[in-house]
Amino acid sequence: MTSEGRIEDVLRGQAPRVLGTLVRRYGHFDACEDAVQEALIAAALQWPGAGVPESPAGWLITVATRRLTDAVRSDAARRRREEGRVADPTDAPPRPAQPGEPAPADEDDTLTLLFLCCHPDLSPASRIALTLRVVGGLTTAEIAAAFLVPEATMAQRISRAKSRLQKAGVTLDMPPEPERSDRLAAALHVLYLIFNEGYTATSGPHLQRAELAREAIRLAGVVHTLLPDDGEVSGLLALMLLIDARRSARAAADGSLIPLAEQDRPLWDKAGIRAGSALVTESLRSAPLGPYQLQAAIAAVHAEAPRASDTDWAQIVALYELLERSWPNPMVTLNHAVAVAMLRGPEAGLELLEPLAADDRIADHHRLDAVRGHLLEQAGDREGARSQYLRAARRTTSLPERAYLEGRAARLTGA
Amino acid sequence: MKYMLLIYQNAAAFEAMPEPERHALMDEAGAIVNELSGSGEWVTGEGLAHPSTARTVRVRDGVPAITDGPFLEAKEQLAGICLFDCETLERATDIAARWPDARHWAVELRPLMHASGAEM
Repeated sequence: MTSEGRIEDVLRGQAPRVLGTLVRRYGHFDACEDAVQEALIAAALQWPGAGVPESPAGWLITVATRRLTDAVRSDAARRRREEGRVADPTDAPPRPAQPGEPAPADEDDTLTLLFLCCHPDLSPASRIALTLRVVGGLTTAEIAAAFLVPEATMAQRISRAKSRLQKAGVTLDMPPEPERSDRLAAALHVLYLIFNEGYTATSGPHLQRAELAREAIRLAGVVHTLLPDDGEVSGLLALMLLIDARRSARAAADGSLIPLAEQDRPLWDKAGIRAGSALVTESLRSAPLGPYQLQAAIAAVHAEAPRASDTDWAQIVALYELLERSWPNPMVTLNHAVAVAMLRGPEAGLELLEPLAADDRIADHHRLDAVRGHLLEQAGDREGARSQYLRAARRTTSLPERAYLEGRAARLTGA
Repeated sequence: MKYMLLIYQNAAAFEAMPEPERHALMDEAGAIVNELSGSGEWVTGEGLAHPSTARTVRVRDGVPAITDGPFLEAKEQLAGICLFDCETLERATDIAARWPDARHWAVELRPLMHASGAEM
């Protein structure tokens, strides 16, 4: 790893701890979060030249506290100017901890901060942006680059989210028990969305987006360390590791997509597959079942097959049946249909797709047309398959997917 | 999800509009831009010069043929574009429906293509 990569890892790991310490000392989540962001930027500029300080957290806390003090002071001065009044003792800036004072609580606020970022009052896009900044320690510029929007847009999105949290009256406390499991589910979903944003990035100018997948895996790993017995946390981490293991096989050098069945499997990352499989195997044995574990188990069955033709479709179908029974969702039905077609023939798969045409959540989705195209092609209906592929190609907003679908349609044209 | 809003105007009708009405229309659009900037959804936007300043370029057999005027002969011409990033198509449609030009002429909402792709 390069030293710059190491510095980045240190910084990102410290971000939530430093913020937790500041908020516990001074309150004002919003102002503290800005101060920590400034400290992280200062560290990213100074550490590569000056070296990583002996106590990175101490350095960041000191710098962030100074920034916070400056911000509070200039705010107070501005208020005084606006109100034309003289100094008020309650405007006194927070002062750094004195040697005699109790040291900051040595607790890790990472999970509390993650739950805060996934507050139900926030929209999914705000949760994602805030999680990456507050828990992930990414800068606004990095997040903006990953989501391909101007920095000002992302800055505004983050500041709007923070003021919404302020309005909701946030504290650094764990939500009470009944809410806690909902909040964990929301947090895992946010990590899953971040992973997908990065995983779907293929090549070229969008490599920065691919970093998001790595960051999602890192954050899921942090949550797993804090909640080692939670089966769904393990399941999500396993799922990400197993899917990410296929990264170098899933796109050609020109960025074109290669479907699972045609991937060069020796390119799959064996260490990632081993880690993911071990995690999901262990959690299936010891924790209550959940949707991420089942999806990870399916990914593990795919990963175990040395060739596509070795895939244990019976096991995959059984896992999808379990998933559909307890956590039904049209995307699951779609994938279930593909597996059933592999096991029992394309007609059986097409039959499973039928109810989806009346399901508003997916009826107009290009993936339904694409799967129908695949199954019709397997069934030998070239004309039907071709028209489904073209319909899917017209509906997708993804350039590589459109190219892939047009390619499938072109293969079925004429002779 | 990023959407482009294509704003169409009838240039003659816009010119014929009483000035206070024209200003009100532009102020209304400006207020939406401010709102979207505040919510972190605004990406960018530009107004276009009068269609008579357009130049249409066609290259046939390597030879460019240049004509003055817009590509499409229509009463309504593209007058501006906005790009915003919002969570749902419903939200984007709501923004489009509030755009003042939609009351007089029409605005067109188009999702942007992107370079990401999922395994099929």
